Amino acid sequence: MKAAVVTFPGSNCDRDLAVAFEAAGFEVARVWHKDTELPQGTDIVGLPGGFSYGDYLRCGAIAAQSPICRAVAAHAEKGGYAIGICNGFQVLCETGLLPGTLMRNAGIKFICKTVGLRVANEDSVFTAPYGLGTDIEIPVAHHDGNFYADDATLAAIEAEGRVAFRYLENPNGSLGDIAGVLSSNGRVLGMMPHPERAIDARHGGTDGQALFTALAGAMAEA
Amino acid sequence: MKATVHVMLKNGVLDPQGEAIRASLGTLGFESALGVRQGKIIELDLADGTTEDEVTKMCEALLANTVIESYRIEMGA
Repeated sequence: MKAAVVTFPGSNCDRDLAVAFEAAGFEVARVWHKDTELPQGTDIVGLPGGFSYGDYLRCGAIAAQSPICRAVAAHAEKGGYAIGICNGFQVLCETGLLPGTLMRNAGIKFICKTVGLRVANEDSVFTAPYGLGTDIEIPVAHHDGNFYADDATLAAIEAEGRVAFRYLENPNGSLGDIAGVLSSNGRVLGMMPHPERAIDARHGGTDGQALFTALAGAMAEA
Repeated sequence: MKATVHVMLKNGVLDPQGEAIRASLGTLGFESALGVRQGKIIELDLADGTTEDEVTKMCEALLANTVIESYRIEMGA
């Protein structure tokens, strides 16, 4: 199974994400923001954390218009898998592949700590390995992670069971304590916490490992 | 020709930065500042003949995130 990890100017979690995919058994291709196509046979695209284009205009706004993001959108529209973490989540919202947007944290401060999450969905390949209602610990590191959507959008996300993870203690003001959201087909996940930073016990926790391992399992079967 | 685009958070959307500015003004003794909202001004240098319709498209495509932001266009000479 093949993963493609995108690097934008200002990405800083791209290597970590590639390592997490590799550790789970993926063959990983590194893709540049100016590339116009994903490598042949890409099963899943990873959009990493960081500060793409210096967060100019809005977090993720410029990256969302980059050539590779057109290819990512085409991949997702064909039913391909994608995961956006932190800045990657912001990019996916700006492309319109995921609903809502991420605003400045309600408390203004940059937050960098490990937080508790409750798994809120078990129907997607990303969340199935954990099981509904399981609590896990994953680090967050963001200034703009305050999930916002209008009332109608939020109601639709909830009604369709598209909340992947919720914060146990809301650190940033996100509506509905939402830490991660799925696309309507469940194949695109955006989340502010960093599962790729929780795959090695030496870094303080391994609760992120199951997500990558399960993806590898699902894609090996496909 | 020029155009100016004003981008503001929509009413009802919490503006934590505006709130921090208001609190800071209060600390300085400006208690008359009851509320502050922060936005952006984007100045565009445009090719002659560019229509407001074209600028509206720019706003919808990139300059504003209409999930949370509203925009107002002033076309200049």
